[in-house]
Amino acid sequence: MKELMYREALNHALLEEMRSDDTVFIMGEGIAERGGSFKVTVDLLKEFGSQRVIDTPISEASFTGAGVGAAIAGMKPVVEILFSDFTMLIMDQLVNQAAKFNFMTGGAGKVPMVLRTQGGVGNGLAAQHSQSLEAIFYHIPGLKLVMPSTPKDAKGLLKAAIRDDNPVIFLEHKLLYMNKGLVPDGDYIIELGKADVKKEGSDVTIIAWSNMLIRSLAAAEKLEEQGISVEVVDPRTLVPLDKETILESVRKTEHVVIVQEAIRRGGIGSDIASIIQEEAFDYLNAPIKIVAGLNTPVPFNLNLEKIVVPQEEDIISAVQNLVGVYQE
Amino acid sequence: MYSKEFVTNVYRTLLTIRVFETECIKLYRQGFIRGYFHPYLGEEAIAVGVCAALTDKDYITSTHRGHGHCIANGANLDKMIAELLGKKDGYCKGLGGSMHIADTTKGNLGANGIVGAGIPIGVGAALATKIRKDDAVTVTFSSDGAANNGVFSEALNLAAAWDLPFILVLENNQYAVSTPIKESTREVELVKRGESLGVKSFRIDGNNVFEVYETTKEAIRICKEEKGPVLIEAVTFRHGGHHVNDPGLYLQKEELDYYMSKDPVEFARKYLIDDLGLNESEVEEIDSIVNKQIEDSIEFAKENGEMSSKEFLKFIENY
Ligand SMILES: Cc1ncc(C[n+]2csc(CCOP(=O)(O)OP(=O)(O)O)c2C)c(N)n1
Ligand SMILES: [Mg+2]
Repeated sequence: MKELMYREALNHALLEEMRSDDTVFIMGEGIAERGGSFKVTVDLLKEFGSQRVIDTPISEASFTGAGVGAAIAGMKPVVEILFSDFTMLIMDQLVNQAAKFNFMTGGAGKVPMVLRTQGGVGNGLAAQHSQSLEAIFYHIPGLKLVMPSTPKDAKGLLKAAIRDDNPVIFLEHKLLYMNKGLVPDGDYIIELGKADVKKEGSDVTIIAWSNMLIRSLAAAEKLEEQGISVEVVDPRTLVPLDKETILESVRKTEHVVIVQEAIRRGGIGSDIASIIQEEAFDYLNAPIKIVAGLNTPVPFNLNLEKIVVPQEEDIISAVQNLVGVYQE
Repeated sequence: MYSKEFVTNVYRTLLTIRVFETECIKLYRQGFIRGYFHPYLGEEAIAVGVCAALTDKDYITSTHRGHGHCIANGANLDKMIAELLGKKDGYCKGLGGSMHIADTTKGNLGANGIVGAGIPIGVGAALATKIRKDDAVTVTFSSDGAANNGVFSEALNLAAAWDLPFILVLENNQYAVSTPIKESTREVELVKRGESLGVKSFRIDGNNVFEVYETTKEAIRICKEEKGPVLIEAVTFRHGGHHVNDPGLYLQKEELDYYMSKDPVEFARKYLIDDLGLNESEVEEIDSIVNKQIEDSIEFAKENGEMSSKEFLKFIENY
């Protein structure tokens, strides 16, 4: 085990996969010499050269499409889009092309491409650089969706995503890149579709991913001091979704809080809630509570930015209310 | 030869942008401004030369590097700095910040966080003026990097197919973040892209405010007397990094030195003294007026309050 930052763990995943498989190559804006805006691709140019570490012009739709084409033609591209907000420029290539090629060819064609991008609020990056757009990808059959919260998960999941035969949206969070955590040495894989119980507990289940998982763990610690035992489940991949691990936790605690940074309307939290109520209704001791971003673009002003996405206090009070009201 | 009044106005606007950026960068370093801040330092002549040729009826759209366009288009400095500080009397009530300042009352349809997105929006404004038969043009400020995005070709082609009174001003500062233009396109003279679409296109010195002004006047004439659109590629260079947290170490020293020696603000100042015979103290008087104005606006912005959470929740009620 070694302590690594999230961005270093991602870098190691790319490095190892590029070393072990010549068909893996990466492209994006400023990823080569400069090593990417979040320093995920530093030093890869030195080892692999400009044929496999490619700086692109600001032509998102077309270099993503080129990734799709290269993948169909036998390569394993990892395409980086600087901000998930800019994935709105590449939707045809993702939704109409990459996501459907395998299906439309009756299973003959494959698109083993990873699209790395990052979302979420930063500090005052405003409406076009702060969005949490995962529900849009979640909605599209044919795309897998991975949202790692820790360095260990980031590395194991990125390696699995690169080896996967399907297009995978690998959605990072801009506030996580500098977070540190223990990462196993050498080659390891975390299978897509396996949730992780990040903390065990018995009174209430919090389901959260990406940066909200980190925030939920902090909240769980405080709640523990107040005598509320919280289990925290990290789905890690939203597609495929590990229903069984979620349901098992729900059957144990009988109380569920789902925390998502994305806006409430049409969110993944609502979908997970509907799955739980269909499959574990009898176990629920209280309505499922969803703590989510407000239905609004993200404001520039820092104090207002805090209001629109869940904070630690919001998670704590949601759990307190749920347990206080319904657990006698 | 230009009149004293005209050049004085041009110089004052150039200097206002220069001082605005310089002082706001200080505010950024002191923690008063957050988020992204892309300075217009070194490129001032383009916004000032273009806007000097426009009237109140004309529209502009801007970019992520938009403070200069805003100021040259006559924006209120109090409201601009208040916006950068996220305050309630800022142009966007503190909700937008640096990359989203707009002033629709003055025809400024807004800066943009998405590279290239302003081009079709500008084409749309030009379409609106054509349908209404307004005596107006629309100028879209855009950039060398944006020329590689699909919307550039699509939108300019639309403007040409529809003969729109549209002027696309490409600020070619020869870099997109750290990527030099020659690495992102084979033909570095972007003017040829316009020509390939049958659009009258000019490649000019973007550091010479008078050349920018004259070319814009000609572009307006073409839009009104012949038919638009027109493309103007204004070649220039940043004085520093891509944004305030980028030291810009990749900028070649000889190139930077060369463009520093062609500083647009110095150029206009020299013109006032050498060609129009103003003396140092007359120019210094303009300097001190500009400095004082920015100082006052900073003070206003610092004192200004923020939108309350209650007001905000009311504002987003119907989202
Ligand atoms: C569609 C899109 N892609 C990428 C970015 C990130 N980005 C912001 S500015 C910039 C460079 C822009 O270069 P250029 O167009 O030449 O404008 P300049 O900054 O030089 O004025 C990039 C890549 C963005 N904002 N929007
Ligand atoms: Mg540029």
